[in-house]
Amino acid sequence: MITQAHKDTAQWVLKRAKFLGCQASRVMVYAGSDTELEVRGEHLDTLQQATEQQLLFHLFVDGRYGSFSTNRMDRVSLEPFLQNAVASVRHLEEDRARHLPDPSLYAASNLPDLELTDPDYEALTMQERLSFAQAAASEVYGTDARVLSVQANWNDGISSRFLIDSQGFEGLSSVSFHALSVAVTVKGEGDARPEDYDFDQALYRMDVRKEGIGKKALERALAKIGQRKMASGRFPILVDNRVAAQLFSPILSALFGSALHQNNSFLRDSLHTSVFSEKLTVRDVPHTPRCFGSRFFDLEGVATQARFVVDKGVLSTYFIDTYASEKLEMPVSISSPSRLVFEPGSQSFEALLSSLSHGIWVTGFNGGNTNSTSGDFSYGIEGFRIEQGKVVQAISEMNITGNMRSLWKNLVALGNDPRQNSAYQLPSLLFDDVVCSGL
Amino acid sequence: MKNHFLQAETALSHFSVSIADIQQVLQMALSEGGDYADLFFEDSLSNSLQLSDGHVNSVSSGMDFGVGVRVLSGDRTGYAYVENTHLKDLLRAAKTAAAIAMQDRFTAPMGLDWKAMPRQYYQSLRAWDSVRVEARMPYLQRLNDRVHALDERVSKVVVGLSDGNSRILFANSEGQVSADERPMVSLSVRCILEANGQFEHGRASRSYRMGYEFLTDELLDVLAKEAVLEASTLFEAVKPKGGEMPVVFGSGGSGIFLHEAIGHAFEADFNRKGTSIFSDRLHQKICPSFVNVVDDGTVMSNRGAVSMDDEGVPGQKTYLVREGVLTSYLHDRISARHYGVDPTGNGRRASFRNIPMPRMRATYMEAGQTTEQDLIASVKNGVYVHSFTNGQVQIGAGDFTFYVKLGYRIENGQFKEPIRDINIIGNGPAALADVLAVGSNFELDNGTWTCGKEGQSCPVTCGMPSALVKTLIVGGE
Repeated sequence: MITQAHKDTAQWVLKRAKFLGCQASRVMVYAGSDTELEVRGEHLDTLQQATEQQLLFHLFVDGRYGSFSTNRMDRVSLEPFLQNAVASVRHLEEDRARHLPDPSLYAASNLPDLELTDPDYEALTMQERLSFAQAAASEVYGTDARVLSVQANWNDGISSRFLIDSQGFEGLSSVSFHALSVAVTVKGEGDARPEDYDFDQALYRMDVRKEGIGKKALERALAKIGQRKMASGRFPILVDNRVAAQLFSPILSALFGSALHQNNSFLRDSLHTSVFSEKLTVRDVPHTPRCFGSRFFDLEGVATQARFVVDKGVLSTYFIDTYASEKLEMPVSISSPSRLVFEPGSQSFEALLSSLSHGIWVTGFNGGNTNSTSGDFSYGIEGFRIEQGKVVQAISEMNITGNMRSLWKNLVALGNDPRQNSAYQLPSLLFDDVVCSGL
Repeated sequence: MKNHFLQAETALSHFSVSIADIQQVLQMALSEGGDYADLFFEDSLSNSLQLSDGHVNSVSSGMDFGVGVRVLSGDRTGYAYVENTHLKDLLRAAKTAAAIAMQDRFTAPMGLDWKAMPRQYYQSLRAWDSVRVEARMPYLQRLNDRVHALDERVSKVVVGLSDGNSRILFANSEGQVSADERPMVSLSVRCILEANGQFEHGRASRSYRMGYEFLTDELLDVLAKEAVLEASTLFEAVKPKGGEMPVVFGSGGSGIFLHEAIGHAFEADFNRKGTSIFSDRLHQKICPSFVNVVDDGTVMSNRGAVSMDDEGVPGQKTYLVREGVLTSYLHDRISARHYGVDPTGNGRRASFRNIPMPRMRATYMEAGQTTEQDLIASVKNGVYVHSFTNGQVQIGAGDFTFYVKLGYRIENGQFKEPIRDINIIGNGPAALADVLAVGSNFELDNGTWTCGKEGQSCPVTCGMPSALVKTLIVGGE
C-alpha cells in the first residue's frame, strides 16, 4: 500500500523534474501485494507471495513528451534516471498536442469512499487460502474415474495508486481482489483430454463464491467429451456470458482516440449513428461502490462520469483523452471506460437457448482476431450444437467469420444474466445469421 | 569481443552481493526442508521510441530490478521476490519461499562455483545504453519516408523502435553461479492506406538479440516494402468460402503452425500434469518420416536464443520430432527431474517476478525435398497462407488455431485471388500426421513473435519450409 515515503518520492520527482526544465509533469506511484497458491489434486503445488512498487512519470518539456517507469525508488538510482529521461525528451520533435489535461476536468478532492478494499483483507491467513483451494479441488478430486487432473487456484491482492501532477491534481485509490478458480482435465475419446474451468472473483473475500466451482468445472469438462466437427452454415449463435466479452472487446478498441486518430478504427466517423442493433444499450457507470472497475478519475486525473457508450444501438461516445482531443479536435470524454453495464434482455439464458431451432451455444473461443481497420473478424469457437431448443452435441473445430459491424447489427437478444463479478458486465448474447465454417 | 559482465566479480558487484550473501540466502531458502533453491537476479533497462504523424514524438524508458527466490520440494514450488538486493530483504523472501517445503529435514546448499556458459549466442557490438536518442531517431524518420514514397495511398504511418538489455545473475543450491547478458531490439512499422473510402493496414517488424548494429538502411527498405505490400494486397483480398480443405503453408512465419499445433503440447509441464494430448506419445511415431521439428536456443542473435536459460541451463538445440518420432518434450528443471532426463534449456520466465516454466525458443521444421511450386500444383481446391497475426491452442483437446492476415486461394494448382482475415483450425496430432509434403525452402521468420502462457510473455521465433497439410478447417464466408 502507498506509504508516506511513496508520496514523498512522488513529490520529489515532481520537484526535480521542474528543476531539470520540465514545464509540466505527472507522477504515479503504485504499491501492491499479491498472494497466489495452487492446489493440484489434494496437495499444495505452488505458493507465490510478493509485494511490489512502481513509479511512473510523464514529462512535458518544451512541447515534447516522454513516459518513464522504474521500480527503483531510492534517490541514488532515480536522480540519473530522471536526468537521462529529461535529456532524451529534449531531443524529440515537438508535439504541441502533448500537455496535461484542462484542470477544470479533474476529479474533485474529498470524494466519498468507493469501498473497493476489503476491510478484512489483512486478516486472511495462509491456512484459510489453502483451505479455500483445497475445498474447491475436493469437489472434483476422487469423484469421477475420468478425471485426469484437477487444479485449484486461490489468488488475492491489494494495491493502491497515488497520482499527482504539476497542475496540483492529487488522487489516491486502492483496491483489493480475491479469486478462486478450478481447472479440470478429463479423459476423452482417443488421446483427447478435454479441459474446462470455472471461477469467481470479488473485491471482498466474503463475496467470492466458494462452493460449486469445482463441480461446475468438472461438469463443463465432462460435457466436452466426444466433441465433433459440425457442418458449415449460417445460423444463430448464443454466446455464453462467461465469454461474451471476446466479441465486445474489438468494439471497445475501435472507440479509443488513438485508434481513431491513426485511421485504425472500423468505427471511425460513426459517433451518434446507429451502428449496432437497437437492442444494445451500454452505459459506463463508474461510481457504484464495491464493484470492479469503479473509480473517480482516470490515468490523467480526469473525472469519470456516468455516460452512455451505446444507446439503443446508437454509438454515444468515443474514449478521448487529452492528446486525442487535440489531434481529433473533439472534447475530452475519458481515456478509457471504467465499469460497463449492459441493459439486460427480458429472457433467461435457458429461454434463449430453447428458442433456437438450429444453432450453436458458444461456450469458448479458440484463437481468432478482428482486423482493427476494417472490422473483419474470424474466431474459432467451441460449444454445443442446438436442435429444437435442446443441446444435442459438443462441437469443436468451428470458425465464425464476418464483419463486426454486421455482427452487432444482428444482435437479436441479450439475456437477463449479466455477469456481476467483472468490470464489464456482459449478459449472454444471441446473434442471428452468423457464418459458421466447419465441415 | 569479451563481455565483462559475464565474469564473476563484475556480475556480483553489479548486484552488490557477495558469494557469502548468496550462500546465506540459499541456506535460508532450504531451511524448511526444500530440496532445491535458486536465485534469479535481474537488472533490465528498456527503451522505446515512436514516430507518428511524421514526427518522432514520443519516448519511453523503463528500469526493472529485482531478485526471485524459488524453492522446490519434490514437484512443489515456493516463490517470492524482492526489488532490491539488501541481504535482509533477500533473506525474508527466502524464508517466504522456503515455507512450501514443510519437511522435517534439511539439505545444505553446496559450495558455490562460478560456471561460465559454454557459448554465447548473442552480443551487442554496440550496446543500447551507449546509444543516444538522436542516433536512433533518423532511422524511424527514414522508415516513415520510405513507406510514404512507396505508395501515394499511404495516409498514416506509425514506427516503433524498442530496445533494451537485461543483466542476469543466477545461483542455485547445487553450487552453480552464472551470468548472462541479453540485448533485444525490435523495429516495427504499421501503415494505413486509404482509397475510395476503404482503409487497410499493413505491418512489418524484425527483432533480434542485437545492439545498435541492427539498424541499417537495408532493413528499412525491407520493412517498408513488406508493410506497404501487405496493405495494398488487402485492397484486392476477399474472404474465401470456408470449410475443410488442403492448406499450403508458405515458408517462414507459417512456423506459428508448429508453435501452436505441437510446440505448446510438447511443453513438459502439461505432460507432467497429464493435461496434454501428447502426454502418452513419447517415443511414438506421430507423423511421416520426412518431418523433423526442432526447438532451438542456439540460433545466433535470434529473438528466441538463450545462452543460458532462466534456470542456469546452457542453451541448446532440442529435436521434438525426428524422422516422425516424438523424441523429446521441452523441459525445465522440475519436469526434467520428474521424467528423469536432463533439462533441455527451456526453463524461462517473463521476469524475476515469475516462476520459470517450459517455454519455446526458436521452433521450426527442417527442410524437406519438395519445391513450393510442386506443393501448390498438387492442390485442386485449397488455400495458401503466409502472413499471420496470432494463434492459440487447447492443450488437452489438441485443437489449435492461427489467424491468417493474408494468403491466396488455390484452384487447380494455380494461385487465384488473395484471401484475408480468416482463422484456421486443426487438431495437433491429426494435422501433424496429415503433413503430405515438406518444401526445400526453409526460412526462419524474424518478426517480433511473443508467446503468452499463464500470464507470462516470452520472446520467441518460428520457422518453416513450405508444407502441405491434407485438410484443416478454414474460416470464410
